[in-house]
Amino acid sequence: MTSKLSNAQIAWRAAQDIEDGAYVNLGIGFPEMVAKFQPPGKQAIFHTENGVLNFGEAPAAGEEDWDLINAGKKAITLRPGAAFFHHADSFAMVRGGHLDVAILGTYEVAENGDLANWSTGPKGVPAVGGAMDLVHGAKRVAVITDHVTKDDKPKLVKRCTLPLTGVGCVTRVYTSLAVLDIENGRFVLREKLPTMSVAELQAVTGAEMVLPDQIGDLVAPEL
Amino acid sequence: MDKTVPDLATAVAGIEDGMVLMVGGFGGSGAPIELIHALIDRFKATGSPKSLTVVNNNAGNGRIGIAAMIDAGMVAKMICSFPRSADPRAFTEKYLAGEIGLELVPQGTLAERIRAGGAGIPAFYTPASYGTDVAKGKPVAEFDGKHYVQERWLKADVAIIKAELADTLGNLTYRKAARNFSPLMASAAAKTIVQATKIVQPGEIDPEHVVTPGIFVDAIVEVSDPKQEEALMREGVAYA
Repeated sequence: MTSKLSNAQIAWRAAQDIEDGAYVNLGIGFPEMVAKFQPPGKQAIFHTENGVLNFGEAPAAGEEDWDLINAGKKAITLRPGAAFFHHADSFAMVRGGHLDVAILGTYEVAENGDLANWSTGPKGVPAVGGAMDLVHGAKRVAVITDHVTKDDKPKLVKRCTLPLTGVGCVTRVYTSLAVLDIENGRFVLREKLPTMSVAELQAVTGAEMVLPDQIGDLVAPEL
Repeated sequence: MDKTVPDLATAVAGIEDGMVLMVGGFGGSGAPIELIHALIDRFKATGSPKSLTVVNNNAGNGRIGIAAMIDAGMVAKMICSFPRSADPRAFTEKYLAGEIGLELVPQGTLAERIRAGGAGIPAFYTPASYGTDVAKGKPVAEFDGKHYVQERWLKADVAIIKAELADTLGNLTYRKAARNFSPLMASAAAKTIVQATKIVQPGEIDPEHVVTPGIFVDAIVEVSDPKQEEALMREGVAYA
């Protein structure tokens, strides 16, 4: 293994699958980067839990209006056609199946679609936010993540060991090395870095991958 | 009918020890800072109200607002979804020392519990948290082949919220994303106290634009130049 995608490149790859006109929620932190890489001609409408649809980029420094923030408490701007609503309506959009895509970060994702992204264990102050709601209701729940942890342990696993955010909820995983779907309780390899063999990828994946006849090359531009 | 009260101290005078207090806002957006600080002023002068259960999405930031209430020792328990912030010292220190309680609720469940409280719905089922530690001990049921967790309504003795415009009957509008939990809390509290940036006469708010109808509001105080929590944070203000 010689290289891997940067976080920006993983976000870019995930952005390519968002349809024109899709309603999309991006998790706090790394997933927020996906918004920067919307392909030309494809305009997604972004939802944030605290009650805004169709928000745009961050304002210039000094131009912030702190009544206008996203779920990560960062200042945002509005696009033409934006809407405000209260929290119960916001989560009706989430759980009611009205979002097309939710893209989240993760600590672990399992081959059965279980996601663990809210707690690394009983230490410290627990905080869940909207993650447990977001994993239910969106038509597609995608995860973007490094393929392995900082100490090279698989983040794609047979069963999660960390506290779960949701059961059987993830449908697609974009990593620094590959794109995989979760189908029938298995990771199905769709794309991998062309510089990497299937055997090398399997060695850093914690569950046996299903290998279809067609496996695409995972290629992202320099960003 | 005129629901306006003359000042902040009068507005918060009825909040008593041990009450459940809903506080509007999501982070700094919509946080009723002046009402919170008036409550802290009363506590410093009289030792009351204390032992409060506070409902908010978060658990304070820095040394102002809810964090300053926690610092002052007024809060026995937080019911929230995300007790972290840029500067969560106030809650974190007391929580790790076992001096403050925490009921952690997924954000959408928190919103719906409050909505249900205001709507007279004692319980409901949600897919959120099924199969997780947060659902432990809660009834589970299967509907159309999928599992759901039963959650109970959440009501309060008092809600304090921030509005943009209020008429004297309590009809409210909000500013940008600042409404978040406030319309829900207004309906779920036995008494709802509002700080409004401007109070106008009935008829001056177009009925088409009313977000919270006045039936949910009990007292209004005008705070014409409200402080924004995030702006205070960035100025390094400490209130406690």
